[in-house]
Amino acid sequence: MSRPRTQAEYLARLVPSSVAGVNRRTLLAGAAGAGSLLGTGLLAGCGGSDSGGSDAKTVSMGSNASDPTPKDVLAKLSAAFKTSSGVEVAINTVDHNTFQENINNYLQGKPDDTFTWFAGYRMRFFAERGLAGDISDVWGKLSGFSDAFKKASTGDDGKQYFVPFSYYPWAVFYRKSVWQQHGYQVPKSLDELTTLSNQMKRDGLVPIAFADKDGWPAMGTFDILNLRINGYQFHIDLMAGKESWTSDKVKKVFDTWAGLLPLHQPDALGRTWQEAAQSLQQKKSGMYLLGLFVAQQFNADEQDDIDFFTFPEIDPAIGAKALDAPIDGYMMARKPKSEANAKKLLEYIGGVDAANIAVKTDPGTLVANTTADTSGYSALQKKAAELVGSATEIAQFLDRDTRPDFASTVIIPALQQFIKDPKDIDGLTNSIENQKKSIFTS
Amino acid sequence: MSDLPLIQADRAVEPPAATTTRGRGRRLRLLSGTDRVVITLMVLLPLLLVTALVWLPALATVALSTTDWDGIGPLADIDFVGGRNYGDVLTIYPPFVPAVQHNLLWLAALFLVATPFGMFLAVLLDKELRGSRFYQTALYLPVVLSLALIGFVWQLIYSRDQGLLNAVLGTDVDWYGDPGVNIWAVMLASGWRHVGYIMLLYLAGLKGVDPSLREAAAVDGASEARSFFRVIFPVLRPINIIVLVVTVIESLRAFDLVWVVNKGRNGLELLSALVTQNVVGEASRIGFGSALATIMLVVSLVFITIYLVTVMRGEDR
Amino acid sequence: MSTGTLTRPPAAQDARPARRRPTPQRVVLHVFLAAVAIGWLFPVIWSVLTSLRSYEYTATHGYVSFGGWTIDNYVTAWQTAEFGKHFLNSVYITVPAVLLTLFLASCVAFVIARFNWKINLVLLGLFTAANLLPQQALLIPLFRLFTQVPLPAFMSDSELLYDSYWGLILINVAFQCGFCVFVLSNYMKALPRDLYEAAMVDGASIWRQYWQVTMPLCRPALAALATLEVTWIYNEFFWATVLMRTGDKFPVTSSLNNLRGEFFTDNNLVSAGSVLVAIPTLVIFFLLQRHFVRGLTLGASKG
Repeated sequence: MSRPRTQAEYLARLVPSSVAGVNRRTLLAGAAGAGSLLGTGLLAGCGGSDSGGSDAKTVSMGSNASDPTPKDVLAKLSAAFKTSSGVEVAINTVDHNTFQENINNYLQGKPDDTFTWFAGYRMRFFAERGLAGDISDVWGKLSGFSDAFKKASTGDDGKQYFVPFSYYPWAVFYRKSVWQQHGYQVPKSLDELTTLSNQMKRDGLVPIAFADKDGWPAMGTFDILNLRINGYQFHIDLMAGKESWTSDKVKKVFDTWAGLLPLHQPDALGRTWQEAAQSLQQKKSGMYLLGLFVAQQFNADEQDDIDFFTFPEIDPAIGAKALDAPIDGYMMARKPKSEANAKKLLEYIGGVDAANIAVKTDPGTLVANTTADTSGYSALQKKAAELVGSATEIAQFLDRDTRPDFASTVIIPALQQFIKDPKDIDGLTNSIENQKKSIFTS
Repeated sequence: MSDLPLIQADRAVEPPAATTTRGRGRRLRLLSGTDRVVITLMVLLPLLLVTALVWLPALATVALSTTDWDGIGPLADIDFVGGRNYGDVLTIYPPFVPAVQHNLLWLAALFLVATPFGMFLAVLLDKELRGSRFYQTALYLPVVLSLALIGFVWQLIYSRDQGLLNAVLGTDVDWYGDPGVNIWAVMLASGWRHVGYIMLLYLAGLKGVDPSLREAAAVDGASEARSFFRVIFPVLRPINIIVLVVTVIESLRAFDLVWVVNKGRNGLELLSALVTQNVVGEASRIGFGSALATIMLVVSLVFITIYLVTVMRGEDR
Repeated sequence: MSTGTLTRPPAAQDARPARRRPTPQRVVLHVFLAAVAIGWLFPVIWSVLTSLRSYEYTATHGYVSFGGWTIDNYVTAWQTAEFGKHFLNSVYITVPAVLLTLFLASCVAFVIARFNWKINLVLLGLFTAANLLPQQALLIPLFRLFTQVPLPAFMSDSELLYDSYWGLILINVAFQCGFCVFVLSNYMKALPRDLYEAAMVDGASIWRQYWQVTMPLCRPALAALATLEVTWIYNEFFWATVLMRTGDKFPVTSSLNNLRGEFFTDNNLVSAGSVLVAIPTLVIFFLLQRHFVRGLTLGASKG
């Protein structure tokens, strides 16, 4: 029932907290009794027993790694960390969806010492609102990360709040066997992509697999078109609410997309991306723009048959060097019970040993630490790592690069509306802009 | 009629002597001091719980709807924005109007189709039938499943590419994705559950009907349908009200199903789903979501009041 | 209430259905009901069938095929989602919540039914309406409240109402009380008032009238409500996921999410999990089925 915890730690926590806790608790009861339902806001330190953990030999971690393989990676990491440091990691696993949905409440309640999260706007937001702990000193001891990854781990105040662990690029995936059979070539421009797609249609294939039942996969399409047409900086500014959605630049993205939409799998709104990926796996469609995780929909003996290319250039002045490659990693709570242990754990996770464990355990992952031994990578992984390595700019994905309320309550319905009715671009962008103004000014 | 194996009809022994209001004062005086304390506690404890955990949060929600709070940080930082959230809901929030329409559609479908069908089945099952228990169980089965489960069960049938329905019909209708179709698909799944619920409630009511009434109607030679509508149905007024209320509430609170299907987007907008999208989860538009919630509260309260007034009138009779 | 029904001890023997020749009408009726029943069962049967097939087989041959039978999904589901532990959590939440709901609701219902005070209607309204409010709307204030109420460490290792079973039990009780008050007060009003007169002549206190006179008579209603409430509270997972933070404490309905992968969902596996999760409610329904309809006889009347 209760979180795993050693008896020693339990006792260590119990004594000081029960002594230190009395005053505040009485105070609390008074506040509650005064009828102020919402109380006086956040308590200064919700961690009721933060004083007790200094010499404790445990550190807790809130994890969204509920799938078997990532869960296994984390279990092996914590075992190895225990061997090297003697500190036990108490892992609190919550399914990834629930974890993500509840993150605001989770961080304001009694968060674990460390927790899994993503790089991007949301990470910086937590840092700014004081919901995450500064780990700049951990970064002082880390090596093997490129500047792009360090930048992705840095808050608006210039301090680091995040340890990157793994990432996956978005690209256009296809089956080599299908392409060989029909003699297809990787397209280098939008025109070539269109020509190829029309050829696929004639060959009886669905050119571009597509699904958006869950709302987020279409963001990948919007992102890549925006990056190719308007470039990385415009993407960042648009996501930050600084650019107008009614601008010609945004309209051009939707226009281009509208031109490509007939080449996409129809009825995307009722399909999950898994189903779309299976149409690729079953050789019914020719290609699919998705993250590297698409490989999980393929059988083991088909893994070597998967290949990909980065989305082709649209504007030569912009090029095709930017892409979405979301980074997953770890953060520290604002007031961990044992800050020393939490930082020790994060340092270990950022180290080469942890990265090597991940490479060995999870064939679907790309590790962020460049000093890791990646000889165990499959051809697909190697190519993906090269792609990201050669990228000039790395975006984190639409819903990680902007306010989550904007992404989930405005963009998802808007993109679905667009897929339903690609004609009314003016009405759509007006509606987005109006809502954006209301959200970003609050 | 009590030869049904499952239920022994419950019959009134004697209608209780009407309790007059005149007796009130006298009865109160008869209560001892301890009795008064006991009565107070019996009412007060549950009342406190419900007030603290339901009514006060409801009021807080109304208060929050005038702010632009993002749910993080001390309450002192909250800015009041007056009615701006309500203005936004009504003017620039595209999903709102469809949500209201869908809620009304949902209500109409349950009220006009599912509820009458459930009542009809109850009337049929009220006859002396062998296998009645099997039929009842089959119809009631969906009710014990959670709506989230039901959403998943139907996903297996409705899925465009892998679902049973398209495979059998040879069609490629996008049952859950096509915004013109999916609301109907989901309402069918919802009705599937609702019928069983109504059937059971109504069957319970029918079992309580005094058999002599039916016999009297039968002796009159009235047709079955006529005797039901002229004799039985009016007698079932209390259960009719319950069925009505259950139907209204189910359609207002409808949530789980659309949430499981696609989080209440793209043709499946419902008020409850919009509230959840904004308040729960990462979005955390507490002020805006609370405004939506308040609208929902008000609509609920309208129905609740109508219902209570009806009940009261019944009591006064 | 001018009329009422009353449960009385069941007639000693259930009369057997009289054998008669099946009339054409009856045959039509049976055919109709059987068709409806099978239609109603079908989606459930379909998911059970799906749960019994291997993903590899159905991925290759589609679902409209025959073969690939296995029970591996059940084994995997049980292990992956750690159902054993989560079933226990559900018990910790559901059992106390149902008992407390019935107890508190019957107290209120008793007062409402026993006395004819004007305030009773207000009470009834407050309780019934509370049951009808949209729950999502109340989340944020409740979350704040829960993180402010301390509990002693022996009650919850979070030392708060937040992330404790106590909090979940209370919130479920608060939301479910309304319906039970409503049903029970209707049921109790249908009891003859002479009972109380007699009890008062005997000098029985209010508490004894409640506990020894009314409650035993309400057994069928309580059984029916218990069945419904177990179903509802057991199936409830919204509060569990938002007011808890420790994955190990989640009830079984929310642990079903563990089967839905971040990047990959095996429908057959989720089907198996769904069937496992549904079993307890089905068992309880079958066990209490005979009380069910009778207990819900809500003061329906003979006019």
